[in-house]
Amino acid sequence: MNIVVLVKLVPDTYSERKLSDTDHTLDRDSADAVLDEINERAVEEALQLKEAHGGEVTALCVGPDRAVDAVRKALQMGADKAVHVSDAALHGSDVITTAKVLAKAVGTIDGVDLVIAGNEASDGRAGAVPAILAELLGLPQLTHANKVTVEGDTITVERATDDGVLHLQATLPALVSVSEKINEPRYPSFKGIMAAKKKPITTLTVADLGLDPAGVGLSGAWTAVLEAAPKPPRTAGERVEDNGDGGTKIAEYLVGQKLI
Amino acid sequence: MSEVLVLVEHVDGEVKKATFELLSAARRLGEPAAVVVGAVGTASKVKDALARYGATKVYVAESDDAVNYLVTPKVDALATLAGRVSPAAVLISASLEGKEVAGRVAVRIDSGLLVDVVDVERSGDDVVGTQSIFGGGFVVKSKVSTGTPVITVRPGAVEAEAAEAVATEETVELPAVDPARATRITSREPAVAGDRPELTEASVVVSGGRGVGSAENFAVVERLADALGGAVGASRAAVDSGYYPHQFQVGQTGKTVSPQLYIALGISGAIQHRAGMQTAKTIVAVNKDAEAPIFEIADFGVVGDLFQVAPQLTEEVTKRRG
Ligand SMILES: Cc1cc2nc3c(=O)[nH]c(=O)nc-3n(C[C@H](O)[C@H](O)[C@H](O)COP(=O)(O)OP(=O)(O)OC[C@H]3O[C@@H](n4cnc5c(N)ncnc54)[C@H](O)[C@@H]3O)c2cc1C
Repeated sequence: MNIVVLVKLVPDTYSERKLSDTDHTLDRDSADAVLDEINERAVEEALQLKEAHGGEVTALCVGPDRAVDAVRKALQMGADKAVHVSDAALHGSDVITTAKVLAKAVGTIDGVDLVIAGNEASDGRAGAVPAILAELLGLPQLTHANKVTVEGDTITVERATDDGVLHLQATLPALVSVSEKINEPRYPSFKGIMAAKKKPITTLTVADLGLDPAGVGLSGAWTAVLEAAPKPPRTAGERVEDNGDGGTKIAEYLVGQKLI
Repeated sequence: MSEVLVLVEHVDGEVKKATFELLSAARRLGEPAAVVVGAVGTASKVKDALARYGATKVYVAESDDAVNYLVTPKVDALATLAGRVSPAAVLISASLEGKEVAGRVAVRIDSGLLVDVVDVERSGDDVVGTQSIFGGGFVVKSKVSTGTPVITVRPGAVEAEAAEAVATEETVELPAVDPARATRITSREPAVAGDRPELTEASVVVSGGRGVGSAENFAVVERLADALGGAVGASRAAVDSGYYPHQFQVGQTGKTVSPQLYIALGISGAIQHRAGMQTAKTIVAVNKDAEAPIFEIADFGVVGDLFQVAPQLTEEVTKRRG
């Protein structure tokens, strides 16, 4: 089974995140970046399926040059090879453009049976890239998976949502996005770290994918930011020590605010 | 005036509150037209409720396939209608499924997408969406520059206001399912609906953190939530420690909530937690550490033991509610 797993570098949420003053895009240099936690789970799921069914795992990343760290982490965990789409023209891409570039990049990999993604990147919070990618690739979407099973060319997934659990079924090739609960990602072993150094990483530009650089990135975005401003930080209100009447004080405050 | 398509979220013949919020937002942009995708007979159950919140039209796409396939029937219905009526905008709740539907509709109809807006307004010929990003740290106003604006709206962010209208019904035919591209729903295990409101829809949320100390102790959080008619939330530390189930996690990797009142009990206020609750109208915090960062954003804070303060508050609330 040939699996493509999407990995993406995101700013570490421990650092303060900012929007760049000049063009309202995420200032990715202002924050340390880490491989998104959920992507490690996606890589883990791909590796487990490969271990059960054979085949090959390709890590795919669309992001700036330094996103190569995310790619390398996936290779250290055990992915066989990687494709990294890196192009200055991609700066400022919106979710739809990102999905379009990913779709083209998936198209450069032969005989793909399964595409696996994390279910929500923590920087954009769009939560829609996997679904959009399924739309563009014409694949069935089995998203927010808590559990994935493949038998022959049938894939079944447990999708966990607020409304309960849905049991899903589709025919390969297909696209899956994994939830937080799906597995515990492995740590790269020393052997894995050494082996990763020899694994191939193909670097592609937007033009290599047959896309017009003017159609991607900020200039190609179908949405336009009119204004962006740091929100005045919430200011601390009143604070009291509990002297045995803390609960009553809150109740009085809530009454004053007409909340009860 | 152009129509504004609103995708209706419904369970067992009941319309979700988030849909009423969308209809209220839609009225600012044009004529609200509700789109019902579901089992045969759904629209007749929900039509009156939709009209009460201003829907002047109810588009009905009902069939077995509409219920038995994931996401794509809704995308098909909205894309078909968008081609037919050239709406001013398409509004969808920023729920887990809503975001997926919206993304697919936008690419299908070659249009721009605004995600998770907390407000929408009309500005001349444009539809402008306000987003609160990075856990409320930035406010961004955007518009769609290509095609029909497809917009997901954060539940709880826009107030639902009733506005009686008369709704006419119109049928929408769904295209045949392509089995190679579609995902079948083979069975459902509905979540056991508790007596509490849904976390993302509740106007009051009471959350507990690691400070609650155990699963049993979460009863303290639940009792206060019940006294206030609110939902229960939890920090990730509380979830990871097994005190409370994952679906109640608030924060960057959990739910985003915008209630009128958020009460944090034994939560330190890490940036990832704040990301999920910072847009609450009023924040109250109880923490025994006077230095806890949650106090920096709390409108009212009590430095003290939650096991003293919360039960007293529960009692006061119960007393006042009579
Ligand atoms: C990628 C990533 C994503 C994350 N996503 C989320 C997320 O979605 N949601 C989330 O919440 N966190 C998230 N976190 C974790 C976050 O960083 C914090 O670790 C977490 O929010 C801490 O939870 P807490 O406040 O309950 O626990 P702690 O930080 O341990 O705080 C417990 C607090 O309880 C107080 N306390 C103890 N006993 C009492 C008592 N008897 N009475 C009153 N106060 C008491 C203490 O003073 C302390 O302030 C994420 C982290 C990462 C790295």
